[in-house]
Amino acid sequence: MSVMAFFFIFVFSVALAFLWREGVLEAPWLQEGEIAAYHGNGGRPPNAAKTALFIFLGVALCLFSLLCAAFFMRMGSYDWQSPPLPRILWFNTAALVASSGALHRASAAAKEASPQRMKIALWAGAVASLLFFFGQLWAWRQMIAEGFYASGNPANAFFFLLTGAHALHLLGGLVALFRTIARAALEKPGKSLAATVELCAIYWHFLLAIWLLLLALLVGWADNLGVICRRLLT
Amino acid sequence: MHGMIMVVYMLTAIFLGGFGNYLIPLMIGARDMVFPFVNMLSYWVYLLATLVLAASYFVPGGPTGAGWTLYPPQAILTGTPGHEWGIILMLSSLILFIIGFTMGGLNYVVTVLQARTRGMTLMRMPLTVWGIFTAAVMALLAFPGLFVACVMLLLDRTLGTSFFVPAIVEMGERRDYSGGSPILFQHLFWFFGHPEVYIVALPAFGMVSDLISVHARKNIFGYRMMVWAILAIGVLSMVVWGHHMYVSGMDPLFGFFFAVTTLAIAVPTAMKVYNWVVTLWRADIHFTTPMLFALGFLVTFVNGGITGLYLGNVIVDVPLSATLFVVAHFHMVMGIAPVLVIFGAIYHWFPKITGRMMDERLGKIHFWITFLGAYAIFFPMHYLGLLGVPRRFYDMNDATFVPHSAVGLNIFMTTMALFVGLSQLIFFYNVFKSLRHGASAGGNPWRAASLEWQTPETPPGHGNWGKRLPVVYRWPYGYNIPGAPDDFVPQNAPLQKGEHAT
Amino acid sequence: MAVALVMALVVVASLLFHFLSPWRPTQIESNWGFIDDTLTLTFIVTSIGFVAVILFMSYCLYRFRHQPGRRSTYEPENRRLELLLGGITTVAVIALLAPGLLVWGRFITPPGDAMEVEAVGAQWSWSFRLPGADNRFGSTDVRFIDANNALGVNPADPRGRDDLIISNGELHLPAGKPVKVLLRSIDVLHDFYVPQIRAKMDLVPGMETYFWFTPTRTGQFEILCVAYCGVGHPQMRGTLIIDSGSDYQNWLAAQQTFAHLRKAEAF
Repeated sequence: MSVMAFFFIFVFSVALAFLWREGVLEAPWLQEGEIAAYHGNGGRPPNAAKTALFIFLGVALCLFSLLCAAFFMRMGSYDWQSPPLPRILWFNTAALVASSGALHRASAAAKEASPQRMKIALWAGAVASLLFFFGQLWAWRQMIAEGFYASGNPANAFFFLLTGAHALHLLGGLVALFRTIARAALEKPGKSLAATVELCAIYWHFLLAIWLLLLALLVGWADNLGVICRRLLT
Repeated sequence: MHGMIMVVYMLTAIFLGGFGNYLIPLMIGARDMVFPFVNMLSYWVYLLATLVLAASYFVPGGPTGAGWTLYPPQAILTGTPGHEWGIILMLSSLILFIIGFTMGGLNYVVTVLQARTRGMTLMRMPLTVWGIFTAAVMALLAFPGLFVACVMLLLDRTLGTSFFVPAIVEMGERRDYSGGSPILFQHLFWFFGHPEVYIVALPAFGMVSDLISVHARKNIFGYRMMVWAILAIGVLSMVVWGHHMYVSGMDPLFGFFFAVTTLAIAVPTAMKVYNWVVTLWRADIHFTTPMLFALGFLVTFVNGGITGLYLGNVIVDVPLSATLFVVAHFHMVMGIAPVLVIFGAIYHWFPKITGRMMDERLGKIHFWITFLGAYAIFFPMHYLGLLGVPRRFYDMNDATFVPHSAVGLNIFMTTMALFVGLSQLIFFYNVFKSLRHGASAGGNPWRAASLEWQTPETPPGHGNWGKRLPVVYRWPYGYNIPGAPDDFVPQNAPLQKGEHAT
Repeated sequence: MAVALVMALVVVASLLFHFLSPWRPTQIESNWGFIDDTLTLTFIVTSIGFVAVILFMSYCLYRFRHQPGRRSTYEPENRRLELLLGGITTVAVIALLAPGLLVWGRFITPPGDAMEVEAVGAQWSWSFRLPGADNRFGSTDVRFIDANNALGVNPADPRGRDDLIISNGELHLPAGKPVKVLLRSIDVLHDFYVPQIRAKMDLVPGMETYFWFTPTRTGQFEILCVAYCGVGHPQMRGTLIIDSGSDYQNWLAAQQTFAHLRKAEAF
């Protein structure tokens, strides 16, 4: 539950700072005439897609925070037995780091208006992500082959649940990424394309950050954290 | 089924999906939602979710009989009807609904954040938009709780994982579960379930503010306080879920925390009620049908709100929880009250939607039957709860603590419910009749100041605003401004010479 | 005009119903009079609020109804009024909350000398267990549950051998002694509720919950399950019988121990 407390403190501080900037304390009946509808960003409305992405990241963060909170709550029971993790996870992690880095390069290249480098980086990012995805599938196969079924132990179940939820988010991102690649092939490079590439990069950084957190949970680095959480509660 | 359909598939969908989609662009001066395609997708996913849910009536074993809380272990065990397919379809339908809603919710939030027209600051938005906006943000943060709970319960049911189900012996037979925590499900469920109450209530709060202001020909009193109260309720409602679990066996120390947060939420809520009522002071009240419904909301909401103080105060909740007192409370506060707002809002915005007025006489008959009838159903029900009559009993057998006269009261409530239910036909008749034969409304029949009434065409054409988007010069509650010639000044009316906005 | 009158009448009718209707809280038979007191306090405070708000509203509806030539006053805000109302509400809320929390603190801390009984729920009946002569319960686990051991008492645990097993759904308790009820479920969620006692608590499979009370008067009361637990939920009843001291001893002497039951059934 402390996970959710951190999440809420974070989200509510961001929301409060935003509302503050937008003048939530002002008395509207005292304001005359046409005034700027938006503060910040030079008085222009924020970019729709970027706003939507950030809000979606908030929702996804909420989802993963809840999963982590459930993980910690369930971990305390007597029948919890962490399975040995498939080694391939480390390779997958490297692949995801690579794809996140590649998309970062792609975004930088798009801003510098060098379409060739951008396309290569986009493809590199997509390939690395696919490697990650199939690597994760391989890890599932390995778990099942070694007899660590989801029904066997809650720790196994959480392994499948967490990696599955993450992989689905990655799949959704891949759809957007391939659309971007298609657009990069068809369209002339421009501001709008660069903005889209930037969104992909942001999303991939988010996926990477979440994955590292999940990995920490699964490996057991977070056990100590869980112990601290429970001690705080009792 | 009844609870889930009403709360999620009806109230949430109507307030956010229905009114949100219609009113947000009109009220903030946008041509449409920001992502029309996502919006459409959201609608179709929602439709699919309802179809999946409805399909559970036709599968072996019928729909799930686990109540709207779907508590494990019983929800997935053989002692509960619909444990074969009904529960699977219910969970799948909810998962679909949440995916669809997340798309829709993103749309509402982003539209409010970035599609406002020139001059429309956040603090110049009508309270309706504030209510829907805050509710959409809350829903985006709350629905993941239900999502996680549904996915994990579905896995427990289908794959045999033990997220929520401990080692049990069911009907003399050992099941293969072990170690799961039913309380974990309750935390996840109510993490969604309580904000959900306010997800329904906040849009209703917003609409009622606008209805009262327009029909009392007066600015809403304490606009800023109203906005802050909406925000405070939004924040607080995310941390009160434990008050549904005082006697659930969770760590009793949580009872202290959740009782404090729950009663704290009463303060901003009461501030809203005061401001609605004070708005009527020195007003010019027109008893139109929408106004009547808003007043009906006030009575039922105040009544249902104060019984919330009984149930939120942890020790008072102990004898009352799981009795008919709870049933009466939540039907009053989130059944009757929001539904009255929905009716009021339909009577109010129908002229904008169709260009025709609804029949006032039928509307008033409909109001009095619905309001008084519903009050007469649920007010006495509290007293059965005080007696100790539990909910979810179809039969009290020969319980000695229930006096025989309670049976008479029960019969009265049932008859009343059937009568009020039937009388809703008046409303539907009115809608269909007015669609064809209603008096022509003109663009602004209520002489309202907010932006949605200032569209060049009624009903608004494609793109809402014709060639040029409106520019906003003032707040949406410019009624009876001293010195103004008319008793209202539209939001998009430029400042006149020498005018001060005071 | 009529609207104002009807709204005021709704308030009057509600109050009349409260004071004249025959449906009052069930007569209390335990030490939890405090709960009833907080309930009464809540009723007084909230009713004042309800009556004041709705009557004020009715007055406004009457006084400021539309008449030809009426214009409303433009008053966007009144900081002092809002602070005043907010302050009053905060005080009222604290007045409700403080006693409530105090009583809750008492509710969750059973007295040290409370006798312990265990209530076990299963679909759809109640069973009970008393600690027996050694005053200690034997350990339990659902693994031990079989036809002869419905409560899953550990046969290897010596503390459990003298536990008294009551499977006819009828629990006797002596009047005037505090009782801590330990709650256990072997299948789904249940809830132990006796309206006259006021206290209630869920039974959660996989864990043990508790509540305590002191019965004040002898008599026979119904135990209801008030957590929806499947199709048989309304029929899941038990009987709580509060005895005087000697009656209780007689009943106690007639109960069978776990060891006894095992032996009898082994034959």
